[in-house]
Amino acid sequence: MPEKLRATAIIAKREFAAYFASPLAAVFLTIFVALTGAFAFYVGNFFERGQADLAAFFAFHPWLYLLLVPAVAMRLWAEERKTGTVELLMTLPISPWEAVLGKFLAAWAFVGLALLLTFPMWITVNILGDPDNGVIVASYLGSFLMAGAFLAIGSFVSALTKNQVIAFILAATICFLFVMSGVDLVQNGVRAWAPGFVASAISSMSFLTHFQEISRGVVEVPTLVLFASLIVFALFANVIAIDQKKAS
Amino acid sequence: MTVLVESSELHKSFGPIKAVDGISLSVRKGEVLGFLGPNGAGKSTTMKMITGFLEPDHGSSRICGLDVQDQPRLAKSKLGYLPEGAPLYAEMTPRTFLDFIAAVRGIDGKLRAARVGAAIEQTRLQSVLDQRIETLSKGFKRRVGLAQAVLHDPPVLIMDEPTDGLDPNQKHHVRNLIREMAEQKAIIVSTHILEEVEAVCTRAVIINKGRIVADGTAEDLMRRVPYHGAVAIRVSEKHEKAAIKMLSEQAFVDRVETLEKANRHVALRAIPRNGREIVTDIAALLRAKEVPVDDLFVERGKLDDVFRQITTTEGATDA
Repeated sequence: MPEKLRATAIIAKREFAAYFASPLAAVFLTIFVALTGAFAFYVGNFFERGQADLAAFFAFHPWLYLLLVPAVAMRLWAEERKTGTVELLMTLPISPWEAVLGKFLAAWAFVGLALLLTFPMWITVNILGDPDNGVIVASYLGSFLMAGAFLAIGSFVSALTKNQVIAFILAATICFLFVMSGVDLVQNGVRAWAPGFVASAISSMSFLTHFQEISRGVVEVPTLVLFASLIVFALFANVIAIDQKKAS
Repeated sequence: MTVLVESSELHKSFGPIKAVDGISLSVRKGEVLGFLGPNGAGKSTTMKMITGFLEPDHGSSRICGLDVQDQPRLAKSKLGYLPEGAPLYAEMTPRTFLDFIAAVRGIDGKLRAARVGAAIEQTRLQSVLDQRIETLSKGFKRRVGLAQAVLHDPPVLIMDEPTDGLDPNQKHHVRNLIREMAEQKAIIVSTHILEEVEAVCTRAVIINKGRIVADGTAEDLMRRVPYHGAVAIRVSEKHEKAAIKMLSEQAFVDRVETLEKANRHVALRAIPRNGREIVTDIAALLRAKEVPVDDLFVERGKLDDVFRQITTTEGATDA
């Protein structure tokens, strides 16, 4: 399907450039790098742990993503609908899938860039000690994949509204439920009405649990399947949302 | 002439509101269809269904024989569309924006440079090519929207209020542009500026409350005005009675009205019987009888009057 990838790539390129056309890119990248570092050093006790690894750095990624990733995703469709450019885009000879995928990939590449810019952490830990770089690479990939799941959810929610603030809050809330789905706060709410297997199914989707494995360097198949299928499912819902709501 | 746009029985409701209630249209190559109607009549909704952006509840729409819902990609490749308000990506420049549109449309290499260049020339965008679109005036933004619509030289061009917000010079330019392209394309232009219909359109469709209430050339529509084809003359007061008597006696004159008296002159209006053309007969008569006339002209009626008449009275009987 090279023809399909062509339009997707062109849309992704435009969308990626759009991040850099406003101060958003500079603000986001700076804050992202600063916060990941600050959390690792001050909250994660990077030095005091006395271990040459990046566990303290990765441990806070789910929480940072909760705030930062919906901020990247919120404009994807809400802005198109608000300004009316969605009408322009969807009357070009492309399918909704190509547009949804192109936009998602641009946002994912942008978050990927932010993640790459944290490389000084990796250099630091290699200077200070002798870390297992395989674990670090696996953790980076796992973090990137989790960011993709956050983004896909954010992109879907963004297609439901013209209001970016609503898109942000809704996406952050849904992502929060996914992160916390193994924790008592959410589990108590579920167990009150759902049978046990539903509660454990929801619990097994907990980003937090999966990501703790990842930050130890253990990337298991169920984790990959969870994040990948969440991305596919959210993007599928995104396409339907665009089809249904584009004109309202 | 080939039919390039064909829509049949388009219906669309938003909740309890019937926005479009059975509109059928066909536009041939070489035609410029003016799509008129009061605000909220369903113009934009209809255009969104014709372009395939909006799926109709019932009915279908074809562009160059391709159904916009069944074969959207092919149909949309034959279509240039300027949506209402000319939405654009504000952070881009006209150059990067047009390049993006060309790329998505699969226009590559030398052809892309040529097509983008031609669109820039046609819409006179040279002076603002590298400014961000958000910093441009309304007129320039509208022209960027036009440029993206004509970029791929589509056989079908659909424009929702293309001259809205332009100054008179820019309007004139856009109308010329439409006229230049008209021969090779089927064009639909929505507007509520009636002079535009006379200026560029070969045919006009008026819709009201989601239905077509009139369809014809501007001339056809103006025939609906009560005074269409009436002849107005101005004579001095002393000739008033004689002129009225003379005109009233003619078989082709339905009746004569007195319009106004000023400066010892009277304006009269002779209304034709059965809408026939009477001006040559009246001119010949006046010359034969040697009645001195200060002024003589044919009242054509105003499209505004037709529009108001159709969209208020017929709308009222519908409701």
